[in-house]
Amino acid sequence: MITEAVQERETYLNASYGIKSWLLTKDHKRIALLYLHTITFFFFLGGIFATLIRLELLTPKGSLVSADTYSKLFTLHGVIMIFFFLIPSIPATLGNFFLPMMIGAKDLAFPRINLLSWYLLVIGGCFAMYAMLAGGVDTGWTFYVPYSTNYSNTYVIATGLGIFIAGFSSILTGLNFIVTVHRMRAPGMTWFRLPLFVWSNYATALIQVLGTPVIAITLVLLIGERTLHIGIFDPARGGDPVLFQHLFWFYSHPAVYIMVLPALGIISELVSVFSKKPVFGYKVVAFSSVAIAVLGFLVWGHHMFVSGQSVYAGLVFSFLSYFVAIPSAIKVFNWTATLHKGSISYATPMLYAFGFIGLFTVGGLTGLFVACLGVDVHVHDTYFVVAHFHYIMVGGTIMAYLGGLHYWWPKMSGRMYPEGWAKLSALIIYLGFNLTFFPQFILGYLGMPRRYWTYPDEFQVLHVMSTAGASVLAVGYLMPLVYFMWSLRYGPIAGPNPWGATGLEWRTSSPPPAHNFEETPIVTTDAYDYAALAAMEEAKVG
Amino acid sequence: MDSHIQVPELQEQFETPAQQKDASTLGMWIFLVTEVMFFGGLFLAYAIYRRAFAGAFGLASNTLNVWIGAVNTGVLLCSSFTMVLAVRAAQIGGRRALVVFLILTILLGGVFLGVKAYEWNEKFEEHHVPGPTFHLEGTTEQGPAQLFFSLYFTMTGLHALHMVIGEGLMLFLLWHAYKGKYTPSYYTPVDVGGLYWHFVDIIWIFLFPLLYLIARHQH
Repeated sequence: MITEAVQERETYLNASYGIKSWLLTKDHKRIALLYLHTITFFFFLGGIFATLIRLELLTPKGSLVSADTYSKLFTLHGVIMIFFFLIPSIPATLGNFFLPMMIGAKDLAFPRINLLSWYLLVIGGCFAMYAMLAGGVDTGWTFYVPYSTNYSNTYVIATGLGIFIAGFSSILTGLNFIVTVHRMRAPGMTWFRLPLFVWSNYATALIQVLGTPVIAITLVLLIGERTLHIGIFDPARGGDPVLFQHLFWFYSHPAVYIMVLPALGIISELVSVFSKKPVFGYKVVAFSSVAIAVLGFLVWGHHMFVSGQSVYAGLVFSFLSYFVAIPSAIKVFNWTATLHKGSISYATPMLYAFGFIGLFTVGGLTGLFVACLGVDVHVHDTYFVVAHFHYIMVGGTIMAYLGGLHYWWPKMSGRMYPEGWAKLSALIIYLGFNLTFFPQFILGYLGMPRRYWTYPDEFQVLHVMSTAGASVLAVGYLMPLVYFMWSLRYGPIAGPNPWGATGLEWRTSSPPPAHNFEETPIVTTDAYDYAALAAMEEAKVG
Repeated sequence: MDSHIQVPELQEQFETPAQQKDASTLGMWIFLVTEVMFFGGLFLAYAIYRRAFAGAFGLASNTLNVWIGAVNTGVLLCSSFTMVLAVRAAQIGGRRALVVFLILTILLGGVFLGVKAYEWNEKFEEHHVPGPTFHLEGTTEQGPAQLFFSLYFTMTGLHALHMVIGEGLMLFLLWHAYKGKYTPSYYTPVDVGGLYWHFVDIIWIFLFPLLYLIARHQH
């Protein structure tokens, strides 16, 4: 894996050897790689469930699995993808690796807590996989009571404990990031010189810290209700099942922003680097991340328009939900303005960024449909909603995650990935994604409910399109897995700054040394100051 | 490099001991914010059900022994006081005083937990534990009355769990204090351990009136 050119220099990869040097490491870069392996595993595990779901829906009558099994498939798909892939995805891998480097720090503030948070994710994942192997869980990832407490005969408690434990992993990552951004910035790295990826991870961390404890207590009460019948959610004792939904969505709506905010940060980096222009309206883009984090806490009730909550509450939640569109649109408009008259290159990460902007816009605009009280009553619990959130989560977060992975891969591994294959896979993923999920908007609008294993014959054409798209998507996702591994051995040597980017992470060698920088960098310019970078390069050559 | 020699506890990611202390303190404060949100879910449930079932909650609350609760509140406040003295002792380098005050804090915490265990046991004897054998005299609202006791056990139970973790933390501090690890230039663990202890104390300050005192005027 290591060629002579790399061997001469000490990097974080060859600073020490052996399994213990990885499992007990305190280096944020190594922990990021531990996370990378873990979440890649969970991504493909969740993908297997998605594959089975799409295969089952190829025909109108349940032909592959029973209704019960189907319920377990969509539950496990949701649980694995949300709690064990999307939530940790960008912050715990790319954020973990690059947030300290981007602010010029040697490590996160609490390296041992960072390692602990990886172990918590793994332990939580073990609980979830135990539930999966022992017989599965069929409540949907939302665990609505009273089904989850009184009726379901599946492994609700093991799954709930798994999510509870993984939640602490998320909390500790957020805590670590907040303290790191506050206390570990290099000299001269003021708040308004922070790269936007750092801002978006900071906003994400605020949600992780404020929201995740609420899902923790909710799961404690859920488990208490299921085992001891404490009555909190049980109408027979005066308890209220809708309270569960309030508590659940108080976390789980902001959790959407835990999943997508870091992605928005990546796109800001990519759009700037590959058009060689500072991000248009830097401060506004930075604050829009914080605005999304704050607004995210005020809109949870839009998941509950048909739950029996007060109509007035529904009105207010609907009204407030529209406000999320403002900071989101600010980002999209400012990215577009950044592109204007830029020197645009169509490298793979930029293709992902373009894909992201298009799909995120579709996902965001359909979000306005479901934020609207009247329209939502029509499309609630249909494939319209399924398509909407997959446009944000898959078309948004996973596109950005892959874009970021390609962008930073040379820094992490010291080698370039094969550009041709990477562009092809980006194209395949974009096409496969749209073929999978666009028909679902139509299906939902026509009335196909979610979470059903069977459907009327007239929906078959759209379902076949969706399944065909999922097959294309699967090919697109497998390709990077292969060529990234190939590139570790055969990829061209990347050099410290293959993209001509301004971030501090590009001022050190690739892969970086164990302590990131030979000496602590001193920051004298704004983020994305390409003129200053060019002057610095020139001075070096001169 | 000098700072590394003077303070062996300075971890390599930090430049100065002050930066390390700042980071640890901020980290603990953020952790306490997460705890506020964690208990917040329970306080929300309490607020909703108390408003819905004021009568049953008042009746159930009045069966709790207010004197035991008050004494326990006093015990916990004293433990916070000894904790403050422990931090002060660490700050001025009084190693023996630090050890003594940590021991006192641990003992007072133990007294609190013992009294709590006695109270819980009483509930079992009085059939005030939610479940098939639950019965509260003088009301037809047995369901809501059980809700009160469910909240009582969940809230005081989670609080007690935090106390147990706090006792573990104090034992850890005691061991290191005994070995002389803490000096006026490095006593951050005592400081942030104290923050945690006071927080758990404050949670009880909210629990005591909400659980014991809400309907005393009806006596």
